[in-house]
Amino acid sequence: MKTLDLTTTSLREINQALHQQSSEATEREWLITGAKGDHNIACGLDAAISVDIKGHAGYYCAGMNKSAHVVVHGNAGQGVAENMMSGTVRVKGQASQSAGATAHGGLLVIEGDAGARCGISLKGAEIVVGGNVGHMSCFMAQAGALVVCGDAGDALGDSLYETKIFVKGSVASLGADCIEKEMTQENLDYLTDLLNRAGVDEDPKSFKRYGSARSLYNFKVDNVSAY
Amino acid sequence: MSDNDLNVKAGLRESATFDAATMTEIRRAAETGIYDIRGFGAKRKVPHFDDLLFLGASMSRYPLEGYREKCNTQVTLGTRFAKKPIVIETPVTIAGMSFGALSANAKEALGRGASACGTSTTTGDGGMTPEERGQSTKLVYQYLPSRYGMNPDDLRKADAIEVVLGQGAKPGGGGMLLGQKITDRVAQMRTLPKGVDQRSACRHPDWTGPDDLAIKIQELREITDWQVPIYIKVGATRTYYDVKLAVKAGADVVVVDGMQGGTAATQEVFIEHVGIPTLAAIPQAVQALQEMGMHRKVQLIVSGGIRNGADVAKAMALGADAVAIGTAALVALGCNHPKWDAEFKKIGSAAGYYDDYHEGKDPAGISTQDPDLMKRLDPEEGGRRLANYLRVLTMEAQTLARACGKNDLRNLEPEDLVALNVEAAAMARVPLAGTTWVPGQGGY
Repeated sequence: MKTLDLTTTSLREINQALHQQSSEATEREWLITGAKGDHNIACGLDAAISVDIKGHAGYYCAGMNKSAHVVVHGNAGQGVAENMMSGTVRVKGQASQSAGATAHGGLLVIEGDAGARCGISLKGAEIVVGGNVGHMSCFMAQAGALVVCGDAGDALGDSLYETKIFVKGSVASLGADCIEKEMTQENLDYLTDLLNRAGVDEDPKSFKRYGSARSLYNFKVDNVSAY
Repeated sequence: MSDNDLNVKAGLRESATFDAATMTEIRRAAETGIYDIRGFGAKRKVPHFDDLLFLGASMSRYPLEGYREKCNTQVTLGTRFAKKPIVIETPVTIAGMSFGALSANAKEALGRGASACGTSTTTGDGGMTPEERGQSTKLVYQYLPSRYGMNPDDLRKADAIEVVLGQGAKPGGGGMLLGQKITDRVAQMRTLPKGVDQRSACRHPDWTGPDDLAIKIQELREITDWQVPIYIKVGATRTYYDVKLAVKAGADVVVVDGMQGGTAATQEVFIEHVGIPTLAAIPQAVQALQEMGMHRKVQLIVSGGIRNGADVAKAMALGADAVAIGTAALVALGCNHPKWDAEFKKIGSAAGYYDDYHEGKDPAGISTQDPDLMKRLDPEEGGRRLANYLRVLTMEAQTLARACGKNDLRNLEPEDLVALNVEAAAMARVPLAGTTWVPGQGGY
């Protein structure tokens, strides 16, 4: 394992060392210490490496991740794993707003709570939140899945496209065009598998499923009150 | 004699307030209950480059020989932080227009034309296509609120990244690609079902405000290892403040798009009533850069209504480092060409007036995804036409610069300009022709 200390090594040097693994893999396991809310740690990774970050991460930690397995042993700031393409990102603490924004693939696990707009414009990634999510989560989300083991804030799934949403606790309110949907056996099987992959011990049957009513998919003047 | 002429001759008088176009729109709104959506840019007349004139050299200034003496047109963009700034051979770039709004052939033609002249083209909402990357030697990758098709591989393939905060046709507005233009390929690139209206958000999903943007720009630089320039594009509104904030956020290049800038689809009311003219935006942007000591260090690209070499030269004289063209480039490819007039009329328009780009029925094969219509645009021929047009713009701008005694387009300056009317003088901050009066300066 290679250890890099953010208190003595610049972010640029650390990210450059991690990026070099995409062309020449010299070390599979990396430990980044001394994180005190630094922004953009381990963003743009493009190799099947393991990166453990000790401390709190700032904005856009593991942004646009591909293939890598990143664990934040603390809290994560805004936009953790934003636009992730593949791989996994795990936050042991809480995550701020826009977690997993626009992510296309991979798995994001937040063991604590996530702030507002979790999974905004999600494009195919899977997000599992151990605690609660804030308002406007999955706003305009297009594909993929969000699992909330706690409660969801206001306007969940507003203007939703095809993302699947599962919530165990309460939902403060549903956003425009987001409705509760039947939990089929296929959905249960999928949720069971996703919870297992996320390492979260919850009963899939205790969740409700939400999705798009698809009534706003094409502009109609009759829907003007929804806009 | 037209019906209108006959009406005038008969003594009939049209209302200036409720003219024929206004009445037609009222009737259309009453019948449909939906606001009008269209493409193109603002059609209203606003103070523009036509309201400025150059002061050619005479006794007090020394001109350069038009056909013998050099006048440099090369510009380097992104010299502030990027390891690999972009060098363009003409200061006329191609503005961002999406695959989806435009056909693949049109995007390829834009790439071919731009590359032939050593300048850059720009992706749009919807991601980067292989055709576009393949044909563009210098490609700017737009980073938009929707993030459709955004991925780090394409980000690293780009020669520059343009973070789009807004555009001149609709500052503060998002976009809508209607379902009829969503083919399998467009749907796949945008991760949405076929036939669904694809809304492009008006705000970025993971940052708000300039302080966040500074961190976002650092992220993009980290992901691309600080190789390529990062532009920030804003629609012209509070340009002075927006440019200052863009520079503070870390931009290498600021792109300011005036209200005459085009769009693929927006509400008519938005296009005509939001934003300020390009002419009014440039001096604000330049003032902001100069006050920060960043003029020429952070390059300024101006777009919105650039049509000829005079517009290019005037924009640069006011302080721009380069310009971008969108609508004019499409016209060069064949958009609104009279040879398709009969077909334009079949869909309720006419050559020269067509602006329903969002409907996907463009007879010229440019703003469409219809396979049969697309074939009407040969990308090689389109590229050749665009290259010709870009060369003309460049030569015209050089002609004017030499007449002003300048051996580099960027040596043109406001002092070379006067205005034909008070409005243009006030906006451009140059004297009214024949006077020393710059409205708003000198205490009156």
